[in-house]
Amino acid sequence: MLDVAIAYRRYQFLGNEFLTWLWFMIETDQNSLRQYDPDLISLNIGSRLVLENTRNNAKETVTIKGDEANLEEGLVALKKGAVVTEMHLSYKSVGQDWLFSLKGESLNISNLKLPETGPVETPEDLEGVVIEKAYLLEKVIGLVNNLFSHFIKLRVSDAWHSQTVSQIRKWSVS
Amino acid sequence: MGLLSSRISVTRYKVKGSLDGSVHETVYQSLKKRSIPNIEDDGSEAIVGWTSFENPYAPDFEGYSFVFGAHMVFALRVDKKSIPPKLVRKHCAIEVAKRLADSGRSYLSANEKKTIKENVVLTLSRRIPATPNVYDLVWNYQEASVWFFSNLKSANEALETLFIKSFGLQLIRLFPYTTADLIAGLSDRERDLLEKLEQSQSEG
Repeated sequence: MLDVAIAYRRYQFLGNEFLTWLWFMIETDQNSLRQYDPDLISLNIGSRLVLENTRNNAKETVTIKGDEANLEEGLVALKKGAVVTEMHLSYKSVGQDWLFSLKGESLNISNLKLPETGPVETPEDLEGVVIEKAYLLEKVIGLVNNLFSHFIKLRVSDAWHSQTVSQIRKWSVS
Repeated sequence: MGLLSSRISVTRYKVKGSLDGSVHETVYQSLKKRSIPNIEDDGSEAIVGWTSFENPYAPDFEGYSFVFGAHMVFALRVDKKSIPPKLVRKHCAIEVAKRLADSGRSYLSANEKKTIKENVVLTLSRRIPATPNVYDLVWNYQEASVWFFSNLKSANEALETLFIKSFGLQLIRLFPYTTADLIAGLSDRERDLLEKLEQSQSEG
C-alpha cells in the first residue's frame, strides 16, 4: 500500500467523483441504491451541497444551502466541470431516519443525527443505548462503505468511461 | 464529542494487527497504564491519555467496564493548558523591569529575554488549570474497526499516536484510497487499476 499521506492527496479526487456519482444515482436510479441496503426506503440530498471547480488553475466553489433548496445551480456548475466535494444526506430506512454530511476528500461523516434511542435514566440503561447507537452507526457506515465499494469497482472498470461519464453528462444537461 | 451527542462526527479506522492473549485483559491493562494522569500542578502544555466513556473525569476501567456487547467503548482525553498571550506579555514585562532594576542595566540581551519568557510560560502553566477535551471511540475488535468521534486533525493525530503506543496496533484512517484498498474487496487486477487511476475529465 502507498504511503498514507501521499495516497490521501493523490486520490482525494476519488471521493469527490464518488459524491458526484452518488448525486447522479440519487436523482436517476433510487431503485439501484436498494441493493446496497435492503432496508433502504430513500436516500436524498439534504440541506447542503458543495461543488468545486478547479479547472484552469482557479478554484470556484458553489454552496447550495437550505431544506428544499433548488439544486439547479449545482447542475450548472457540474456542466462547467465542477465536482461535488461535500453533501448533506437524508437516509430513510424502515421506520428510521438518519441525517449526515459526507466530505469527498476524507469520506468523514459529520453532523450525523441518528434515529431516536431510548433515554439513559439508570446505569443499566446505558449498555442498551450504547449497543443500539453502535447498531445505528453501523447501518449508516455500512451504507457508505457499500456505496463506495460499488462506486470504486465501477470506477476501475471500462464501463466508467464508456457509459457512466456520458450518462452523468447527459443528466447534468437534461 | 461523544457517542451520546445529538450530532456526531465520525472518523473511521481500520486496525492493523492483532493482540496476544485475552483481548479484554490486554486492552484493560493498556488503558490502565496509559490512562490520563492528573496534571493540575504539572508544567506541561498538554497531556493525552485514555479515560472511561462513562466517567471521563475519573478514569476507571475496572470490571472491563469498557466492554459493551461486541464493542469496546472508551475515550481519548486531551487536557490542554491555554495561556493567553496577553498574560504572558504582562508577566514578561514585569520580570524584565525587575531584572533591569536589580542589575542596574538599561537593557537585556535577546537570550535573557528568551529565558525570561520560557520561565514565565512554565510558571503560568503550573498555575493555570488544563481544559479537558474528551473524544469517545468505539472499537470492534472482531471487525478490526475503530470509530473515533471527532474529525479534528489534532485529535485524530493524538489518537493514532496513543493507540499504537498503548496496544502496539496501527490505526489506518479510512479515506477514499484506503477505503478502496482495504474495504471494497477489490481483486488484484482491480487494485492494479486503482493505483493507475487519474481524475476523470469533465465538461468545461
